[in-house]
Amino acid sequence: MRADVAGLAYRGRTASIGFACGPFVRLGSTAGGARTPGSPEQETRALRHAIESSSEQIAELAAAAGGEAAQILEFQVALLEDQDFLDPVFAAIGAGAPADGAWSSALDEQIADYNSASDEYLRARSSDLADLRDRVLRILRGGESEVVKIPSGAIVCADDLPPSRFLEIDWSGGGGLALLHGSPTSHVAMLARGRGIPMVVQLGSVSNGVVALLDGEGATLELDPSTAQIGLFERRKENHRKSRASARAILRRPAAIWRGERIRLLINIQRVEDLEHADAQYADGIGLMRTEFLLTGPDGIPDEETQYRTYDAVLRWADKRPVTIRTFDAGGDKPVPGFTPHGETNPFLGLRGLRLCLARPDIFTVQLRALARAAMRGNLKIMFPMVTVPAELEAARALFAEVVKGLQAEGIGAMLPELGIMVEVPAAALAIGDFKAAFFSIGSNDLAQYVLACDRSNGTLAPLLDPLHPAVLELIARTAEHGRRHGIGVSLCGDMAGDPACVPALLHCGLRELSVNAPALAQIKQTIDRLSHGGGGG
Amino acid sequence: MLETSANGPFVTGKVRLEHAVGMHARPAVKLTKLAKRFQAQISIRASETADWINAKSVAKVMALRAPRHSMIEIKAHGEDAEAAVAALVDLVATDFPDVGP
Repeated sequence: MRADVAGLAYRGRTASIGFACGPFVRLGSTAGGARTPGSPEQETRALRHAIESSSEQIAELAAAAGGEAAQILEFQVALLEDQDFLDPVFAAIGAGAPADGAWSSALDEQIADYNSASDEYLRARSSDLADLRDRVLRILRGGESEVVKIPSGAIVCADDLPPSRFLEIDWSGGGGLALLHGSPTSHVAMLARGRGIPMVVQLGSVSNGVVALLDGEGATLELDPSTAQIGLFERRKENHRKSRASARAILRRPAAIWRGERIRLLINIQRVEDLEHADAQYADGIGLMRTEFLLTGPDGIPDEETQYRTYDAVLRWADKRPVTIRTFDAGGDKPVPGFTPHGETNPFLGLRGLRLCLARPDIFTVQLRALARAAMRGNLKIMFPMVTVPAELEAARALFAEVVKGLQAEGIGAMLPELGIMVEVPAAALAIGDFKAAFFSIGSNDLAQYVLACDRSNGTLAPLLDPLHPAVLELIARTAEHGRRHGIGVSLCGDMAGDPACVPALLHCGLRELSVNAPALAQIKQTIDRLSHGGGGG
Repeated sequence: MLETSANGPFVTGKVRLEHAVGMHARPAVKLTKLAKRFQAQISIRASETADWINAKSVAKVMALRAPRHSMIEIKAHGEDAEAAVAALVDLVATDFPDVGP
């Protein structure tokens, strides 16, 4: 640990909330030594033996782990007992293939198949298969499971981690898991959440270190931290502990009230799986469902049916509560191959959001068709991102209305949902009265970036990019005031809504609806409760 | 339901898959485990146009990629075919309950 030099910090995606500080252990990928193949009979016997030993090992792990972990491992055992799956492997060996080669290629084929699935849950299963492949190979190649001594309480870092490896690690002393790839919906993530082990995935690449801080809430990994970093980390950890305890009680209360007025608290979701967060159920609805994740699947942009099913799943979850879905917000810092333009010199001021969708009716129409059908299924509202002038909203409305008419003519149930806009371009906020929108949602991240002329992806400008700057608050207050006077709903769905330090200012600006990430819901509800009871800043 | 074909009598059944995430790992394991308790040859498919696959193969059942709300068809022939179809329909209809071994 160095006292004064700040260590490297990385950001990924949260897979399991919690805080851990401990020795940093980097696991390599399983490297297998070559083996000399024998006759087909010997190879057949070798594989049978390896499969049996693997089954036994997995059964032992399952028995020791119990519960959910055991169920996950059952899939691996079932595959080892699946004759339809094994027959071609043994047939290949009979035809002269070496046992390890035949086994690997059969598993690799399955893994590739799972990886190409459009369903994230199914893609996540590929790490279970890689785990099984490597276990059998280790036995075949005679090298018993590689032994990396993992001290108790360590921050374990790997490209990805199979469930059985997770179970082999002693987590009794705490610790955390930092994965360069991985997925929040993987089995390992489920196990980590179940055990309360903080876990961050999709860190990209990470250098080496001796000591690490893992913040599962902020999705950060800090290596060889300075004393200042450790101090901040400890504060976040303590705040988290305290607020969780008291906030969870508040969360169950029906509504957040501030000075006698109901404050609606909704959640932002990036993908359907975000609804699995334990606190999501307490939200008053979904204030922002992003749809960009649909654009980045391995099969390209999904068809109408797939999109419809996704939207429908969210509406069913929400039941009667409102769900606001934002149409594709690609471009800017979110490039999508085959959709966003190349070579823009300033993509944040370029063809992005609704501008891009209107320029690409081929892609936009498919989304609107799926949304028009989904509108029949629940309390759906649609909002368009990055709108500058009313003509853009009207162009989108006209296209949407045409789509609805087309569907109805085909005999398919469809309707035009309420249409609103994101308020993130300063011109829109200043001329808010010109828009005939059913609601407004303030995108404070982009609004601040445009008002303050600070690229929000440029870290060196972070101190200047202050969302509480009076100019930003002025535009928020104007928008809220306009809504109040004309009876149009105004909410805010940017990071400010989830920041307790910003909430008092937002309430004073006149906002009565905030949309935050599910993990922040409890804390924000508690913040409002405190303000309401005469706490600081109220 | 009873139906006959060139290969002798088949017992068939249909049931809607209500499992939240579709035919994924845990439902697939439960289905194949149950299927293996019967002597009968059991096949399933998740749409009328698809090929029938062996209900005792977890790899094949996973490969169905059957999403939620798909209609699972089951057919079996053999001595205990009727019991097998009834048990599998019940497993899917009751949404794959956790039971002791």
